Amino acid sequence: MSHHIVEFKNVFFRYPDGTEALNGVNFRITHGESVGVVGANGAGKSTLLQHMNGYLMPTSGTVTIGDLTLTGKTKREIRRKVGIVFQNPDDQLFMPTVFDDVAFGPLNLGMDEASVRERVRKALGMVNSLALQDKPPHHLSCGQKSAVAIASVMAMEPDILAMDEPAANLDPRSRRSLITLLKTFKHSKIIASHDLDLILDVCERCIVIGSGAVVADGPSAEILSNKAFLEENNLELPLSFQGR
Amino acid sequence: MTFDEKYFDIGRLDRLSYRDTCVHHLDPRAKVIATMLFLITVISFPKYEVVALAPFFLFPVLLMTLGEIPVRFIVKKVIAVSPFAIFIGIFNPFLDIRPVAVILGVPISGGWLSFLSIILKFALTVSAALLLIATTSFPGVCHALRRLGFPALFVSQLLFLYRYLFVLMEEAMRIIRAREMRSFGSRGTGVKVFVRLIGILFLRAVDRAERIYYAMLSRGFQGDIPDLKRSRIAFRDLGFMAMTIAFLAVFRFFPITERIGRVAQELFR
Repeated sequence: MSHHIVEFKNVFFRYPDGTEALNGVNFRITHGESVGVVGANGAGKSTLLQHMNGYLMPTSGTVTIGDLTLTGKTKREIRRKVGIVFQNPDDQLFMPTVFDDVAFGPLNLGMDEASVRERVRKALGMVNSLALQDKPPHHLSCGQKSAVAIASVMAMEPDILAMDEPAANLDPRSRRSLITLLKTFKHSKIIASHDLDLILDVCERCIVIGSGAVVADGPSAEILSNKAFLEENNLELPLSFQGR
Repeated sequence: MTFDEKYFDIGRLDRLSYRDTCVHHLDPRAKVIATMLFLITVISFPKYEVVALAPFFLFPVLLMTLGEIPVRFIVKKVIAVSPFAIFIGIFNPFLDIRPVAVILGVPISGGWLSFLSIILKFALTVSAALLLIATTSFPGVCHALRRLGFPALFVSQLLFLYRYLFVLMEEAMRIIRAREMRSFGSRGTGVKVFVRLIGILFLRAVDRAERIYYAMLSRGFQGDIPDLKRSRIAFRDLGFMAMTIAFLAVFRFFPITERIGRVAQELFR
């Protein structure tokens, strides 16, 4: 039984143009934890997420998911374990209808027709979007798109869920229902976001990234209430902590 | 028509395919095959043929009526692309001046006949293709092609074309709006800026393509877009194909219209 562990050990990554995006990242996320990743623009949050399922490979250091170390060979296996939800749902929903899109992952896993349908129904039900299944993505609103994007990842039944700015472009109500939804997931969750209130609501632990390295790692409530530290890192207190 | 209006118009063809009629319920493969046969038959007529083409309008008209597709919509679309056909045929009347018939005392040259024939063939083929999409939906047609044995790569390109046409247009719309807001009624300093806008659109598209590919990999993509077999060829699909083939064969190989004309002449003599 593999435990749903995500471990980064001394991970460095340099883009081909020479940008040092990650400079020795270390952390370990254990089974069932939900962790917020915050940091200024360009601090390396997205690069970090792209390492989690092997889209980018570390220049040096190791990434371990469960009991597998990320290499060219284990990439496929790791992609089944880690579901990534992208910031822009248009990039994620590439199939012509919602149903086809959610079915894409399970079909690629080689499942038979009946179980694919069952998976799709379950995943869409989870995000309350069953009624949308025959629609093409371009006729959906932004909130609906991001719900479907989550469903398309959930249909793969990943052990670990990673999300990049899940609440960007959502109106307050859709954002709130997203937060409620995220709280119901029992997966290990890794959420990169600038929405500090969301992190505070959903994640008990928070990792702060600054210039490609971990600058703080601890309980969200503690880190996100340290005004001086947050401001040092181009962040600010979550709105719920700001007295008016 | 402004860019925005055009954009929202494209979505309409799409929405038509959500309807619930007997034509929409036919198996996409049956419709694709029928439409292909129809196109081939229409194109196979010799270049001076006009009269024999007329009965072929029955096919699109029937599909349109049974499929509850608004006539005006299809006619408008056909007119919108007609310049292509007109330019192909426009010089025929000047090049081919051999008179072939006399109608009401006016001699008609072969060029006019072939021009008319081109226009008719064009109207028939384009309306049939539009109706195929309006009653089947674009993805439906793509999946049908895949299951009929077209190469996977070709079909996935078509699917992406369709999916991202809308996204790309929205992107273009945003760029054009941004330009208009700061060009104060003038044409945004012309071609030079326009060329750059196209460049930016291209770069954004490349970036997006990369992100999409990443998304596909994340969900186990291995080169072929899988599809669920959601329809089976039923008896009515075979019936539809048989009827289409019979209809096409009869009007292609027997000069029905001519005979009807002859009979009418006899009656009124």
